[in-house]
Amino acid sequence: MAKIPLVFKVNGEQQEILVQPYQTLLSALRDELRLTGTKEGCSNGNCGACTVIVNGRTADSCLVLAAEANGAEVTTVEGLSQNGQLHPVQKAFMKYGALQCGFCTPGFLLSAKYLLDSNPNPTEHEIRLAIAGNLCRCTGYDKIVRAIQAVAQAEV
Amino acid sequence: MTSKYKYLGKTTEAVDALEKVIGKAAFGADIHLPGMLYGKVLRSPHPHAKIKSIDYSKALTLEGVKAVITSKDLPSLEDARASFGGELTMDLGQIRKLLLADGKTLFDGHAIAAVAATSLEIAEQALELINVDYEILPVIENALQAMRPDTPLIHPDLYTRTLGEKPKAPSNIGTMLEHQRGDPEKGFAEADVVVEESFETAMVHQGYIEPQACAAWADGDGKVTVWTSTQGIFNTRDQIAALLKITRGRLNVVPMEIGGGFGGKNDNLLQTLTVMLAQKTGRPVKMIMSRDEVFRATGPSSPAYFTVKVGAKKDGEITAAYIKMIYDSGAVPGGPLHLGWVASCGAYSIPNLKIDGYDVVSNKPRVQPYRAPGVTPVVFAIETTMDILAEKLGMDTLKFRLRNCAKEGDYMPDDQKYARIGLKEVLERVASHPHWNTPLEGPNRGRGLAMGMWTGATLSSSALVMVNGDGSATGVSGQVDLTGTRTTTRQIIAEALQLPLEKVQVRVADTESTPYTMTSVGSRTTYAFGTAVYRACQDALAQMKARAAPQLLVDVGDIEYAEGKFWSKKDLEKAVSWNEVARNTQTRGEGMVTGRGSATRLPIAPEFNAHIVDVEVDPETGKASIKRWTAVQDAGLAVNPMQVEGQMQGGVTQGIGWGISEYYYYDKGKLRNPTFLDYRMPTSLDVPMIDTSIVEVPAPDGPYGIRGVGEACIVCPPAAIASAIYRATGVRMNKLPMTPEAVFWAIKAKEKQLVAADGH
Repeated sequence: MAKIPLVFKVNGEQQEILVQPYQTLLSALRDELRLTGTKEGCSNGNCGACTVIVNGRTADSCLVLAAEANGAEVTTVEGLSQNGQLHPVQKAFMKYGALQCGFCTPGFLLSAKYLLDSNPNPTEHEIRLAIAGNLCRCTGYDKIVRAIQAVAQAEV
Repeated sequence: MTSKYKYLGKTTEAVDALEKVIGKAAFGADIHLPGMLYGKVLRSPHPHAKIKSIDYSKALTLEGVKAVITSKDLPSLEDARASFGGELTMDLGQIRKLLLADGKTLFDGHAIAAVAATSLEIAEQALELINVDYEILPVIENALQAMRPDTPLIHPDLYTRTLGEKPKAPSNIGTMLEHQRGDPEKGFAEADVVVEESFETAMVHQGYIEPQACAAWADGDGKVTVWTSTQGIFNTRDQIAALLKITRGRLNVVPMEIGGGFGGKNDNLLQTLTVMLAQKTGRPVKMIMSRDEVFRATGPSSPAYFTVKVGAKKDGEITAAYIKMIYDSGAVPGGPLHLGWVASCGAYSIPNLKIDGYDVVSNKPRVQPYRAPGVTPVVFAIETTMDILAEKLGMDTLKFRLRNCAKEGDYMPDDQKYARIGLKEVLERVASHPHWNTPLEGPNRGRGLAMGMWTGATLSSSALVMVNGDGSATGVSGQVDLTGTRTTTRQIIAEALQLPLEKVQVRVADTESTPYTMTSVGSRTTYAFGTAVYRACQDALAQMKARAAPQLLVDVGDIEYAEGKFWSKKDLEKAVSWNEVARNTQTRGEGMVTGRGSATRLPIAPEFNAHIVDVEVDPETGKASIKRWTAVQDAGLAVNPMQVEGQMQGGVTQGIGWGISEYYYYDKGKLRNPTFLDYRMPTSLDVPMIDTSIVEVPAPDGPYGIRGVGEACIVCPPAAIASAIYRATGVRMNKLPMTPEAVFWAIKAKEKQLVAADGH
């Protein structure tokens, strides 16, 4: 199969690459652009480690074909901090111990950012619902929920 | 909590947190080498089959395929009995059997062959071109079936290890353990109440989110470099070196960030295959497991069966206990029988005790450690029995435990004597905790309590602490940081050298640059590795004093150090700063300062804990929802309280999964649920906030009273939930997991019994 061109914006930068028709957005980010901050945990949309934001909404990048992202704007964990300043969710995850091994962390950060962008004052249940698609095996979620609460309450 | 130390007992941000929140932390799969090939493994679809032939000639003709390996590519072993591993050791010969099936497949997912190709897709296509001729053998599905005398043997050369004479015939039982202290028969005779129950627990997976990943390269003269996420880089090195006959010094293992291990990243099988492909092709090779492979072919936990019998007097004093434990080790022997035995009823003071244990093979993946290996299942069995016993005695469940809890001077199940332990303090904290003293509200709710312990591994550790010319210090070791070792190591160095945290750097380096240290398992890093770090600091400090002495023209024995300053005890005017001595090391006298520290065979520092849980059981569906959780644990000294809380909360949540939702569903030896959709780990919606309460009873050995904390926290949840379900519904659950379906049918069976008892 011949490769097909993919033109899209990743973390604000224009990218033009060639991808296989069967290649996922996750693979395009990791293997072609070497943005390895986005993680692969299950390859079938169950763990959320590959969560990125596509055109303003979260998506499991392992379930999106790279070609589908043509013309899209994609934000990965590498694009969360702006002008050398960490995003509040990044600061909160550090301060409140919301990560241990760190493998699921990029996915959680993007789910958290998406939640807070669309609902700046979520309840605990709304937070838990927003991150229910992201599995974490280290933290028991407690400190992740509290970190997101802290961002909402501007305690970072 | 207040701490008497300047840098210990204080919450600090994790040193690795920044890299992890900006996506720069490099895990096993993140490595990319020039000219890299991709490896993939052909796995057996049959749980038990003879391999009559493997034909991979077609695969080799596929464009882009560079090599295929099978067990024929493995060198023969000189010492097949040499043992390897971390907490659960294995004979090298058995590891070889698991690595690549040799004439016979032992479980669904067993590696048959591996391919290296120029792309992952080509490697996957090549697998389909390998033709394996199998002769299907009967499947031995579990330990109970395996133990029956008429069951076929999985390994015709397996003779049960016992303390007695070698058995005459082979069997499926790898080890038989018998242990007794006191006079159990007399003890049971003295009891007013005796309870006997049987239990069964499921095979569960550690559930780390990062699949195993590895890259390897063999250079022109055969030196091999391996980049991988493993719990122990030296274990990885030594195992590969032994299997492939490479001199250890010519095999460098570089630790990548590890995305969770919990005991499961100790097998080093994928790493060995990657090195074999790299050697055969002469090119860098990368291999990453799919989630399906992680479930089917890595080492999950051991499913187990128990019978527990406990007797007590009317006043609650336990007089005797008997435990029969059967651990299913999977494809080759060596499950967590020993670890389960040592910790089993270790939370109790039991004068007369008998334990019979069996380690049994079956056609499942060979188990690996999972957080307090073997202990969660046995604590579920023991605590449930104790709960029933307390009820029959008419005693409050907490008072019963306070009456019988293990204390300093008591004996562990294996007859080791306890030094100072903190279980009583833990139970007293439970007694005074608001959770325990707040009445339950609402219908269908119950509150459960359970206690348990983890022995704690110590093994061997080493660390280096270098003093830099500007007075800063760098700690270097090969100790893999699972979740916080670098952070606590930095705190220990800061405390021991009395340097501000920002002047201490900590690095985990490769096997070529650091002295030998064993794998990160068994809650041993903060305690046992921490001791090596502490000793390295003492060594560095002694060297610094020796360098300060001639500068002050005083005897080294007269030198004192505190807060960045050396001075003479005899003449306080004679003083020199740490920074100046450090600067001078680069140009003068004895020269550079590198503190070395090792710790082998430290006494254990056992960790004890107790958990309180409130559940609500939906009578329509049987679903037990977790409403409130409190975990109380003795950390000795909580070096970094936020990290200790995080360990406890994570352990609780894994324990909740083990208790109510997780299990390997085998259908005639084939795993039917190898995905995160069908294997249900708790999500954020399945757990509440998890309250923690840290007790600090210093461990008498090792620095600062530190104990390990990572593992005891998983042993109580299934037992605590079972107790809560009983109080909510009146049904006892003796089998894990306690899924909605299982609870629903248990409630229905109980209703039927009640109806029958009414005479209808």
